[in-house]
Amino acid sequence: MGHVTASQQKQPHAGIAFILKKALISALVALVLFSLMIGIRTEAGPTGQLIYWTRFGELASIVAIVFAGSIVIELIRQWLGPAGASQLVPAPVQNTLAVVGRYVAPALLIFTLLVPVIFYHQRYILDLAILVLTYVMLGWGLNVVVGLAGLLDLGYVAFYAVGAYSYALFATTFGLSFWICLPIAGILASLWGVMLGFPVLRLRGDYLAIVTLAFGEIIRLVIVNWQSLTGGPNGISSIPRPTLFGIPLLPGPNGLAAKLGIAFDPTHRLVFLFYIILGMALLTNWVTIRLRRLPIGRAWEALREDEVACRALGINTTTTKLTAFATGALFGGFAGAFFATRQGFISPESFTFQESALVLAIVVLGGMGSQLGVALAALAMIGGFELFRGLEQYRMLVFGIAMVLLMIWRPRGLIGHRAPTVYLKQSQAISSDLVKEGHG
Amino acid sequence: MSGADHILSVDRLTMRFGGIVAVNALSFEAQRRKITALIGPNGAGKTTVFNCITGFYKPTGGSMRLASDSGPIALERLNDFRISKQAKVARTFQNIRLFPGMTVLENLMVAQHNTLMRASGLTFLGLLGVPSWRAAEKRAIEHATFWLNRIGLYDRADDAAGNLAYGDQRRLEIARAMCTEPVLLCLDEPAAGLNARESAALSELLLSIRAEQGTSILLIEHDMSVVMEISDHVVVMDYGVKIAEGAPNEVRDDPRVIAAYLGADEEEAIAVMESDN
Repeated sequence: MGHVTASQQKQPHAGIAFILKKALISALVALVLFSLMIGIRTEAGPTGQLIYWTRFGELASIVAIVFAGSIVIELIRQWLGPAGASQLVPAPVQNTLAVVGRYVAPALLIFTLLVPVIFYHQRYILDLAILVLTYVMLGWGLNVVVGLAGLLDLGYVAFYAVGAYSYALFATTFGLSFWICLPIAGILASLWGVMLGFPVLRLRGDYLAIVTLAFGEIIRLVIVNWQSLTGGPNGISSIPRPTLFGIPLLPGPNGLAAKLGIAFDPTHRLVFLFYIILGMALLTNWVTIRLRRLPIGRAWEALREDEVACRALGINTTTTKLTAFATGALFGGFAGAFFATRQGFISPESFTFQESALVLAIVVLGGMGSQLGVALAALAMIGGFELFRGLEQYRMLVFGIAMVLLMIWRPRGLIGHRAPTVYLKQSQAISSDLVKEGHG
Repeated sequence: MSGADHILSVDRLTMRFGGIVAVNALSFEAQRRKITALIGPNGAGKTTVFNCITGFYKPTGGSMRLASDSGPIALERLNDFRISKQAKVARTFQNIRLFPGMTVLENLMVAQHNTLMRASGLTFLGLLGVPSWRAAEKRAIEHATFWLNRIGLYDRADDAAGNLAYGDQRRLEIARAMCTEPVLLCLDEPAAGLNARESAALSELLLSIRAEQGTSILLIEHDMSVVMEISDHVVVMDYGVKIAEGAPNEVRDDPRVIAAYLGADEEEAIAVMESDN
């Protein structure tokens, strides 16, 4: 087999001559690029005239690095064969991964339930777990819009902000409790989802992405500038904490600890918050899984696959898109209300484009449409980011490299295949090669 | 043809794209429970007619009436998805448009969207999993299974539609259109790219749909063997106008049709047409 591939098409792409030629071209490009950027250094002299000097040594070393690097990359590429998961990962490993994959979700769920027990005395880990779960919930919410319906939304943070500010304002102005405000925040965010949905119905791809991005910024700028309502850049502080059926988790005779007859511990509130967000995230997951098996969910996925065919089958693409936006926004709003109650203080700084990008990265990295993939990606992105804290300023670099490698290894995300929503005899995972990413 | 039972009456249908007249005052009828073929050389405007009938284009002029139990429906007033939902006109596409990343069964389930949407109480009852929803879902799967058996793809039900062979994809697209329970089925070149055996199977399928479901069929086709074998009525178009119509064997011998297909000069074609009149 070796000589067949080598003697046929592979011939021009193998061999020392090819590698050297490629390296030379790369080096030449580097030489042209860097000759002015590095080779010549200019500065304003003491009397204002231009002085310059050459740095051919540095230039030569850069070009040499590019030359050597190109050879190394080409060698690695030939050693690995053509890029693709099947070549990069041997079949036995993939099979083992598939078996392990079946038990990952239940194991992860049990572990998550036990986190407050295991890490009760490690406040930092509990805080981090709550943060990860918030992003899991946001990821699952955005997954409805991006992963299922295939509508690229770069302004998801807007709904997060609407949810957070709805709760903060209702709670501080009218003194309503968290549990009453939660549905209100979700519904308001959902309404904003529909409001965003209407103007972008006819847009696709890049155009949709740009308008949603602008929408996210508009919401943030309104919050910054509408000082009388939102407090502007100062934000809203002393947002009430959630209560357990009206019993606050506070020290004192009316607190939960006193009623249960145990000593007050500030960690109680943290554990309480942890289970609230876990419950909300699991509800999001359950609803999404149910929706996928209902006609609306199938219509979302069909919309991602082929919008024209949907219309030919009598599916109202307008309402289908709007419900996707509204559902995604609903979950975003819930997560926002939770964020506000956890922080006790919110300001527009928490709702920048970076948050949208982070949540979108979680969805894309997890494998668009996959619930487990999104959860794993949130864990990797948020938890991993903390893990690299010791690397200080190299953190972003390491993180970036890790993401690039992951995208080379699994271009369609951690879990790229799609699980069918209904089957006659046997549910077979559908290869990511066939599943469309959507165009709008 | 007066007094005949028309499912679709197209009257002086005109479609202009800027300065180009793709369809010019075209009138024809499709009869109920019959197969009507729309043929013509490439660029004659056949697909444009289809896109007007199925609501993808808004015609510049003319009318299209679909007979229904509750009186005629003006198709030109309905837009995109309502043609399928309310008027019950289904279509397939020249370049197959399945949902490749969904299974064969899922493709047929999506086609029953509107029925299932009602049964699921606009999602809310379905979310709660009420028994009436479960029953409706079961019926939908049975309906899909019926069509899977009809097109011989029962064993491939759980495979991705994108993994099917070309001929199977064509048949699945027809089955998917039939799952919407249409009164008029519009097929855009269903035999394109099929071999002789697959074409024969397709003809059989279409004839059985007409006989058993009583669906009226309107098809665009280049494969003359299919057209001649199954059509009850043939409409021939060239340059956006109707140049002939009639039974398949009448049309086949029509000198204007032969001229259009053999690519005679325009003047020659006109000469042929005039001499014939």
